[in-house]
Amino acid sequence: MNSLNLLLDGFGTALSPVNLLWAATGVLLGTAIGVLPGIGPAMAVALLLPVTYGLDPTAAFIMFAGIYYGGMFGGSTTSILLNTPGETAAVVTAIEGHPMARSGRGSQALAAAAIGHFAGGVIGTVLLVVLAPTVASLAVGIGAPDYFAIMVLAFIAVTSVLGRSRVRGFASLLIGLTIGLIGLDAMTGQQRLTFGSLHLADGVDVVVVAVGLFALGEALWVAAHLRRTSGKPVDVGRPWLGRAEVRRSWKPWLRGPVIGFPFGAIPAGGAEIPTFLSYVTEKRLSKHRSEFGTGAIEGVAGPESAASASAAGTLVSMLTLGLPTTATAAVMLAAFQQYGIQPGPLLFEHEPKLVWGLIASLFVGMVLLLVLNLPLAPVWAKLLRIPRPHLYAGILFFAGVGVYAIGGEPLDLVLLLVIGLIGLGMRRFGLPVLPAMIGVILGPAAEQQLRRALQLSDGSLAGLVNTPFSLVVYAVIAVILAGPPLWKRFGRGRPSVVEVGTGG
Amino acid sequence: MTTAPTPTETPAPERNGGLLRGRPELGVSLLLLVLGVLVLTDALTMDGEFTQRGPVGPQTVPLIVGALLAVVAVLLAVDVLRGGRGEAEGGEDIDLAAPGDWRTVLLLAAVLLGNAVLIEPLGFPLSGALLFWGAAYALGSRNTVRDPLIAAVLSVVTFLVFNNLLGVALPGGPLMKVL
Repeated sequence: MNSLNLLLDGFGTALSPVNLLWAATGVLLGTAIGVLPGIGPAMAVALLLPVTYGLDPTAAFIMFAGIYYGGMFGGSTTSILLNTPGETAAVVTAIEGHPMARSGRGSQALAAAAIGHFAGGVIGTVLLVVLAPTVASLAVGIGAPDYFAIMVLAFIAVTSVLGRSRVRGFASLLIGLTIGLIGLDAMTGQQRLTFGSLHLADGVDVVVVAVGLFALGEALWVAAHLRRTSGKPVDVGRPWLGRAEVRRSWKPWLRGPVIGFPFGAIPAGGAEIPTFLSYVTEKRLSKHRSEFGTGAIEGVAGPESAASASAAGTLVSMLTLGLPTTATAAVMLAAFQQYGIQPGPLLFEHEPKLVWGLIASLFVGMVLLLVLNLPLAPVWAKLLRIPRPHLYAGILFFAGVGVYAIGGEPLDLVLLLVIGLIGLGMRRFGLPVLPAMIGVILGPAAEQQLRRALQLSDGSLAGLVNTPFSLVVYAVIAVILAGPPLWKRFGRGRPSVVEVGTGG
Repeated sequence: MTTAPTPTETPAPERNGGLLRGRPELGVSLLLLVLGVLVLTDALTMDGEFTQRGPVGPQTVPLIVGALLAVVAVLLAVDVLRGGRGEAEGGEDIDLAAPGDWRTVLLLAAVLLGNAVLIEPLGFPLSGALLFWGAAYALGSRNTVRDPLIAAVLSVVTFLVFNNLLGVALPGGPLMKVL
């Protein structure tokens, strides 16, 4: 019950007028940026990072919570009205949502998505409240070898479970680890990969990397292949649901979180797999199976709820273990580091006001999202018509603002360009971007834990596997490495179903 | 690391052109190898005067990362030569059927560099406006009245919001002194 009291305190923080204002600003900005075509939640969060620089950490993260959920919600609007999902989590939504919009039921699709988001988010966040303190208190006891094992697991999972080519995933991870090495060694002060540059001795700021890889890299890649005739969004009115639609949607709304939440908490790609699983489940359970492919509302309601709950699941591992499982979480972790806050088991002890304020503001953010976005949907839909040159020029502009605002260093803008070009090259040659980001963020931490563990064991490698926990984690890693055929079969199954879905 | 089969080292020189053609990914493999060598060299040339705490010094992890980079470079080359191909990323505004428009990318890179050079002497409102207008121009927008206007408004509003409202300092430059 202790955590309930803390949560109530958190509501006290989140509901203060100023913080409420930040939450609302975050939701509106997040949705606006997320709706813009081509911008997924990770890019939205990266681009909006500088907005929070001047705020105190609590206010900043309350705003972030709004941006996060707003960005995810905005993405589903783009999927439904334009049939062009900006990120993997919204792919499934487009399968049923876009046909619904084309046949004049866009309002219902948007409403099913919005309420699905709300339901998934609320259930997911309740699970977060229940589980996170427990996970944190269990994790307080784990030591350096365990941390190192968890981070290795994150590296292996992000390269092996996601994406189509493991070797390209590892290449990306190693690029990230290399960028993470640049600067002074945290333990000895030894310069590494600085080439005598004073600027590089400070290391490459993770925000520069996040904005460079996710925002600039994407914008440059689009610029190289800009579609001159962009798709026309479907017009839509105010979202609403009839009684029949509610009857068809409420079960998918409640089932979604069951699938979404656990997948969000493990490093398995965030919302991609659970939204797909939810889609398949709803298709199997639906009484209107023949409608699937031509606009079945269950196919919007379930996956959206699952996606939203998986975002809450993501926060469990990020807040309690400092482990980002999605690109968006990786960018948020970068934001924590900006404030000198290290998410992990001790976060709940050291920064209770911040953590519980953040969690409470997730609830507040979801209510705001529902209240603001249902009436505002036609306005958001107008954003889809923004001319592409202005859209991508704007992304470049705000990428520049964000990076310059970190420290007022023009050299950071040059670094941004270099990393943006790396991001462009990675997209060109099919190297996934997320492993690089995880490498930059977790690499230095993993090195510290490795060295600490080996220090304790006097250099004996046995010191890395001397706890039951680390042994279990390495066993899981072995399964992931040895079980690619399983995952491959799974991965191959996905596109075919998607094809069947969109073909109808 | 044993000898890595970089693209140029592959046997049968007369087939080399054919091997490389249509396989630009071998270039990626080469770059990874170069990066690996760079990391290894940097680690091995560290002077040993640092105060080492514990059995693992600052060299160990760079050595592992550098070695793995070389290994992955080789594995990627093997994968490419066996016919494996990285899938270029798709997206809503991306037309992969069209050939790469690298001129636009170069222009955008130049615009970004210009911003890095100009932001301190000119101040953010001016350099930011140039950044937006230049980028929009590079991306194909040619409206010489509306575009500069949007750029100026966006830049000044952003400056005011960040500098005065959000407490994030940006250089005002001579323009803001005049205003």
